[in-house]
Amino acid sequence: MKRVLAAIIAILIFIVFAMAFAKVPFGDVNLEDYHYYNPITNETTQDSVPNHYLVEGKNDTGSTNIVTAVVVDYRGFDTLGEVTVLFLASTGVGALMYVEEKKKRKVKRANAVVETGAKLLFGFIILFGAYIFVHGHLTPGGGFPGGAVIASSFLLLYLAYPKFHAEHKKLNISESLAGLTFVIIGLLGLLIAGYFLYNFLPFGLPTYLFSAGVIPIIYTAIGIKVGSELTGIVDAMMGVRE
Amino acid sequence: MDLFTIVSIILIVIMVVSAIIAAELKDLISAAIALGVMSLVVSILFFVLQAPDVAITEASIGAALSMAIIIFAIKATKRWEK
Repeated sequence: MKRVLAAIIAILIFIVFAMAFAKVPFGDVNLEDYHYYNPITNETTQDSVPNHYLVEGKNDTGSTNIVTAVVVDYRGFDTLGEVTVLFLASTGVGALMYVEEKKKRKVKRANAVVETGAKLLFGFIILFGAYIFVHGHLTPGGGFPGGAVIASSFLLLYLAYPKFHAEHKKLNISESLAGLTFVIIGLLGLLIAGYFLYNFLPFGLPTYLFSAGVIPIIYTAIGIKVGSELTGIVDAMMGVRE
Repeated sequence: MDLFTIVSIILIVIMVVSAIIAAELKDLISAAIALGVMSLVVSILFFVLQAPDVAITEASIGAALSMAIIIFAIKATKRWEK
């Protein structure tokens, strides 16, 4: 009976979502079809928000990846909040899973293939993660997936070497420095131009690595921060320390 | 039906089936792996729908990290659901 009820509720929610999404134009590149209703002036114009991002995004921010332009530049303050949420989650996991007495547990060594493969791949995975967040303003990707890739390389080490554990002090230092960089850049924007997280550096030429002003710096900071936080979560969840 | 529709339908069917399997299995580690398969298929679907940013994030966080964390949590508790 319970399961039937659950299935009925799931189907009802699906129908509501499907009805809501049926009205969204799918994959429509014709920008003239977007209409924006302004409730204050009671007018319908074609100058919509997505239209503005697509047409003016590159000139406004210097970033060729519009998703990054929105995440780091237009809604940079929102991203600061997002990073803070992740920091709080990591702190919560660390506080809950903290073990004062380090248990001496007999751990089985991993397979030789896994150990050698982890040794070989570890550096390359970190390099790939760094590539993802350094090129966040040019290619798909950014700080959050790049940090997750870096954390997954540490996860590989945890799986291959059961006695391995990341040093908490170093994680704390890299995490705090990255967060500090983000806030300091925001405050510099406030000092220079009067807006928090203002893009005060020159944009440079689009599609070049050193372009888009502060966006690559912020995304690198986010990548390092997310990477150390997620590594801390993995370390807390493993719970195997000597 | 063009290729896009066929690929989308296949991916959606795999996604829904693996989600149902993840909900129904009593062996929690197998359920976690089914959840990881669902995340991977969702990330492919995001890529097919031209959202590569979301696809990369879903593949690295959903399919790799969160599945590993769920498996660690299961290892710390019990493997079988009553």
